[in-house]
Amino acid sequence: MTDDTARTGRAAVLDRWRRSPMLLRHLAAALAAFLGIVLLTSVTDPFTNLRIATIGYHLVAVAGLALLIGVSGQISLGHGAFMFIGAYTMALLVIHVPGSPLWANLLLAIAASCAAGVAVGAATARLHGPYLAGATLILAVGLPAVALRYPEALGGSNGLTFSVAGTPPALSDTVPDPRWQSWVVWLAVLLALVVVANVSRGRLGRRLRAVRDDEAAAALSGLRPGRLRTVAFVISAGCGGLAGALQAYLLGTATPSSFGLALSLSLLAAVVLGGLGSLWGALWGALALVYVEVWGHDAAEALGLSDHVANNLPIALFGAALIAIVLLWPSGVQGGLARLGAAVRTRRIGPGGRPD
Amino acid sequence: MTSTEGTGGLLVEDVSVRFGGVVALRDVSLTAAPNTVTGIIGPNGAGKTTLYNALCGLVRADSGRISWRGTPLLGRRPDELAGLGVARTLQGMNLFPLMTVAENVMVGADRLARGGTLAALTGLGRVGRDERRLRARALDALAEFGVAHLAEALPPSLPFGLRKRVALARALAADPDLLLLDEPAGGLSAEEIAELAERIRGFRERMTVLLVEHHMDMVMDVCDHIAVLNFGRVIAAGPPEAIRADAAVTEAYLGDAA
Repeated sequence: MTDDTARTGRAAVLDRWRRSPMLLRHLAAALAAFLGIVLLTSVTDPFTNLRIATIGYHLVAVAGLALLIGVSGQISLGHGAFMFIGAYTMALLVIHVPGSPLWANLLLAIAASCAAGVAVGAATARLHGPYLAGATLILAVGLPAVALRYPEALGGSNGLTFSVAGTPPALSDTVPDPRWQSWVVWLAVLLALVVVANVSRGRLGRRLRAVRDDEAAAALSGLRPGRLRTVAFVISAGCGGLAGALQAYLLGTATPSSFGLALSLSLLAAVVLGGLGSLWGALWGALALVYVEVWGHDAAEALGLSDHVANNLPIALFGAALIAIVLLWPSGVQGGLARLGAAVRTRRIGPGGRPD
Repeated sequence: MTSTEGTGGLLVEDVSVRFGGVVALRDVSLTAAPNTVTGIIGPNGAGKTTLYNALCGLVRADSGRISWRGTPLLGRRPDELAGLGVARTLQGMNLFPLMTVAENVMVGADRLARGGTLAALTGLGRVGRDERRLRARALDALAEFGVAHLAEALPPSLPFGLRKRVALARALAADPDLLLLDEPAGGLSAEEIAELAERIRGFRERMTVLLVEHHMDMVMDVCDHIAVLNFGRVIAAGPPEAIRADAAVTEAYLGDAA
């Protein structure tokens, strides 16, 4: 009896949660995640703090790309280019406009990559499939070379190096710099994810899916396919820009070699590996991007491999993981977990039906 | 013909469409008075769907004029039509397969929402109100076709007849004034066709209907006026009784079918 009451009580709470405004739900989830990050960074060492921050900026890049691919049905092989724009905008602002606060720099970095996204998106809105992939590939290959073309302004192959402010003086006794940086990164990431969630679960997401599924039917319902595709591209580019800016903030450098084709392809692989359709998928993808790299280096060191092998081991491991996941769970880690969850629930309830 | 201009119906004048060397429509003219059902019939390849596509901006007409309530339709993008109160069902239904039935119909109702992109990003402003309004409208439209209980189903899981109803609900969700139906009876059972005919007669109170259909009994039954196309030309036009009696029509079309 009490068990039943508890269940209906929980159902009522769940129901009220679902009925509450979307923005409120997303903000509450982001707040909970932020508190979790604060807790996690408080019990881990500075090195791990920075790694948690690294996962954060990868997450927002992967989530933005997953929105582009999953919701709007477009592909980009060049999202590293938007990270490049974000990172260099950040670096140039810190160097040339020392008084500009961090939040303004982040917003400007997002704006710069969104502007690039408008240009690229408008040009590519008419392209489909392999043509779109090819066009974005050019971006990934070509844009980092801009830094080499203008060595005075962009530092050439060494990139730009700068120093970023750590913990504010008032807190510097209690909060070490890495922990503070991790908080800053995750706060920005979670706010961006709120936007991504608003888009993908709201009316805009529905319109994007409609255009993805059937362009003619969507247009006859009054949706503008080309414009909607561009909007998706711009949002996704903005996420990439934020990720790049946060990386620059974390590392204090922006170098062209960090934003090569390998990064763009890794982001794409992370989307596939994590699975589309939920922000959890993006989290698994981001974790894989960071940890496969770490484990690869650790393994190479433990085995005493030469530099040539050691440098390529992470990408080989990542490729192997991708193949294994896709063979095992074609819909990615999140799809696989969802299926497992459903199987467990059915077993617990029993094939005969519901327990109540 | 010009008399319809003032009364605000659909006016198609001398529309021609060529695909390379093939003339799909040649100087096609027809009118549809407000709150009537106008049938467009003809053998396969006669140009019925091409006429619809020209109306909706999916195909560019080489010459001619089309106006709806005095507003020219030619030269517009397909997505502008919904804003002018024009809705269309597609022959293949073209439901969004990965979206629920309710979401499908909410897309159909989308022009009733007002929020912009900024609201969509932030989740602020009209977002909640828009979403409730679209959902309520979608459920109403589904209820009209007796399929409100399928709101959370995915279209590919539904039988053919029910998918057709969902497609109709999507087209009607935005309260159109002009509805273009493309073979709505195709693949339906006799019982379902009778029910559909009854509905289409009912649509007349709210809107003007154009009906492309092969099921001749239904066309004769529901239409106030019929235009017959053959090889891209209008070969006859008039009330159902006149069309049934027309020798040219019998030869071109009905004779084949009998």
